[in-house]
Amino acid sequence: MAEKKDYKVVGTRPIRHDGLDKVTGRALYGADFQTVGLLHGKVLRSPHAHARIKSIDTSRAEAYPGVRAVVTAKDFPAVEDKIADLGEGAANVKDLQDNVLAGEKVLYKGHQVAAVAAIDPHTAEEALELIDVEYEVLPPVIKVLDAMKEDAPLLHEDMRTDEMGEQSEKPSNVASHFQHKQGDPEKGYAEADVVVEQEYTTETVHQGYIEPHNATALYNPDGQLTIWCSTQGAFAVREQVSEILDIPVSKVKVVPMEIGGGFGGKINVYIKPIAAMLSQKTGKPVKVLMSRADVFEGTGPTPGSYVRVKMGATNDGRITGAEAYLAFEAGAYAGSPVGAAAFCVFSPYKIENAQVDGYDVVVNKPKTAAYRAPGATNAAFAAETVIDEICEKIGMDPLEFRILNSAKEGDIRVDGPPVPHVGFVETVEAAKDHPHYSAPLEGENVGRGVASGYWPNFGMKSSVVINVTADGTISLVEGSTDIGGTRASVAMQAAEVLGIPAEAVTPSVADTDSVGYTAVTGGSRTAFATGYAAYEAAQDVKGQMVERAAKLWEVDAEEVQFADGVFSTVNGKEHEIDFKGLAARLDETGGPVVGRGTADPNQPGPSIGLHVVDVEVDPETGKIDILRYTATQDAGKAIHPSYVEGQIQGGAVQGIGWALNEEYIYNEKGEMTNASFLDYRIPTCLDLPMIDAVIVEVPNPGHPFGVRGVGETPIIAPPAAIANAVYRAIGIRMKELPMSPGRVLQAMGKI
Amino acid sequence: MPGKVHVQTTINGEAAEYLCEPRQSLLEVLRDVLYLTGAKEGCNNGNCGACSVILDGRLVNSCLVLGAELEGKSLETIEGLADPDQLHPIQDAFLENAALQCGICTPGFIMAAKALLDQNPNPTEHEIRYWLAGNLCRCTGYDKIVRAVQDAAQTTS
Repeated sequence: MAEKKDYKVVGTRPIRHDGLDKVTGRALYGADFQTVGLLHGKVLRSPHAHARIKSIDTSRAEAYPGVRAVVTAKDFPAVEDKIADLGEGAANVKDLQDNVLAGEKVLYKGHQVAAVAAIDPHTAEEALELIDVEYEVLPPVIKVLDAMKEDAPLLHEDMRTDEMGEQSEKPSNVASHFQHKQGDPEKGYAEADVVVEQEYTTETVHQGYIEPHNATALYNPDGQLTIWCSTQGAFAVREQVSEILDIPVSKVKVVPMEIGGGFGGKINVYIKPIAAMLSQKTGKPVKVLMSRADVFEGTGPTPGSYVRVKMGATNDGRITGAEAYLAFEAGAYAGSPVGAAAFCVFSPYKIENAQVDGYDVVVNKPKTAAYRAPGATNAAFAAETVIDEICEKIGMDPLEFRILNSAKEGDIRVDGPPVPHVGFVETVEAAKDHPHYSAPLEGENVGRGVASGYWPNFGMKSSVVINVTADGTISLVEGSTDIGGTRASVAMQAAEVLGIPAEAVTPSVADTDSVGYTAVTGGSRTAFATGYAAYEAAQDVKGQMVERAAKLWEVDAEEVQFADGVFSTVNGKEHEIDFKGLAARLDETGGPVVGRGTADPNQPGPSIGLHVVDVEVDPETGKIDILRYTATQDAGKAIHPSYVEGQIQGGAVQGIGWALNEEYIYNEKGEMTNASFLDYRIPTCLDLPMIDAVIVEVPNPGHPFGVRGVGETPIIAPPAAIANAVYRAIGIRMKELPMSPGRVLQAMGKI
Repeated sequence: MPGKVHVQTTINGEAAEYLCEPRQSLLEVLRDVLYLTGAKEGCNNGNCGACSVILDGRLVNSCLVLGAELEGKSLETIEGLADPDQLHPIQDAFLENAALQCGICTPGFIMAAKALLDQNPNPTEHEIRYWLAGNLCRCTGYDKIVRAVQDAAQTTS
């Protein structure tokens, strides 16, 4: 249904509506929230990676001057074992509760154990030292392959493996094993001229949003709970807090403040229920802020993994068969993104004989959370470097190989569904035609690599309300928190429908009592699905305005048309009025016009990208420098191209950080030893060149303007593209992430 | 705990005074005592630059300065940058170049860029990248931030 036409607002680059507040420091983020009578909460965290809690004595802390309340897992209501849908992934409510405050065991260093509310943050911090916890320390297990061993220490003594639908007899750290299969890979290898099989490992990495988690809660005696916080999904917070504390959803109001980055990591709740429990005990509003170390040690990163990929191809470049073995670290509780990895690993390609096995494995690390195309980057690092090795062996250009093997609309993916309309070939062609791909490479130890990344994108539910104002503007109320400019991209879609400028829309993000249900800002869904709801709400406004014009002119509504922002009578255009003019006359035609739109669109349209990178490897230090970077991506239709470019650039750089530096470093006790931005090094601007973002537009038939989500795809390709470039530079295939200087020197045999 | 310290200072060109605990950082004083929440806490140990302010003409992380140290000094924060009727050219350049996504690092970047352009009105791309390396942004990949500072340099010089 995508309309092919010239747009007036869609595709332009207006100043974002919330921009002024954000460049003047006036925008209020969660930690900026203030209210009278505020108490401050701090959380005691486990110093051990794995231990049984023998006892907790809070009496000394409770007696400390200035302390108003202490909570532990004992203060939780009893909850049933059930699965809650969190928008981008589901979770067991008991696990959620146990992760918020540990019950019988602590399962990772940083696991929340108790919390204090006091008159100021320093007093609360001092009181934490007066909480006496007796632990029986247990051996930890940190790596996925170690955790899968028969004699591995068990995190959950009662956990059985879901082995393709059957429960295992013995307890295990393997929560589940699933398999997708089509055709017969062995038959495929028999037809192949070249078969490559390699093993890859990746370490735990964090989303690294600059704003730590925060929450202020106020529990009133009538049972009404209000939470002000930074979150990707106010409704997801409402649901989780309701489940964890056993309060009806209607009694929980979540007010989303501005959010300082999320990337998937600000969907799960950690301190929000704690703030609520402390408020319930004290009758006062309680603010809880995490430190940076708390964020690293206590919130969900993305998994470390072991991935094995085997692929066969003919000498003329056709993939004949492939297999992937994906073992992912879920962290302390079941639920890694290995499922998403499985449907992304081979998805750009048509492979008739394929098998994918996925293992979800618990380890003594924080429970993993979503991180930008969760799972896909780990998988693509393996698959896209195996493809590069095949291309080298058969002497084929890696872009030609991708074009030759690209899946077409209707081809069946290994996990079952058919491939939708997607611009894979177009992104590869865009890379091929880009001057970067043909530019000469000069110097020693330099190389160029390519890789592609695929993400299916998500739809899910959104609600939008539009109010027409007498001066010809509209206010647009939405439930999607704005992490990267979606107020603008959503507002622009309504403006396009109504023929008004983007600046004539005043968008606001509402609390859970003030707007219809809206799923998380995640899954690359906001410009797509909330944009769709805004389109529907604007259509509703348009319909009502047509009726008002008809009333004004005393004609039937069928005789009124609307085009290019002007209402007119169909015959002879004897009457004409623009949107602004009509908005001023609503009072005389029946009063306010309010439009509503809801959406749950089921054709999000995958987004796919092809990255080209030039690197230089310093053979003495092992350091990899990024010399030049180009990323193409299918955006369907870019509503605000600057913010689409921004997503591509930002995602690529997160992928570069994952490729080169970022990792959780553990000691033998299972303690993370680098929980700061000094030691967990994310890219700075000095580490990077400009990132050339090339927007390709193959409209998504599932959206009125052809939008595809763009946020997640760009993180997927960089590690593989860089590894392929490193091979071209120094002749060594890197099979571990990150490709830090030490690992490169090791691979070169220098240390 | 010793009593509070009385501090007399200048903030954004105006005389200011406050009481703070000796252990409170300048960032805590700005945010919790003076309610100037434009400076953000991203790490509280000088690694992210989200709390960047300009103290006596020098770019500092306010989390690494004590509130009591402000006595007799002059402080510039993001709140003082714009005129009542006009944004500072760096702020305009950030908006025009879409140089922010979530915006949490933006006040820090803008203050760091101001400190750079105050002393080097025509920086090269490398000088901009070197100067801004103390400020972390996780959303943008820095491309549009660097371009915004280049634009602002052209406007102001």
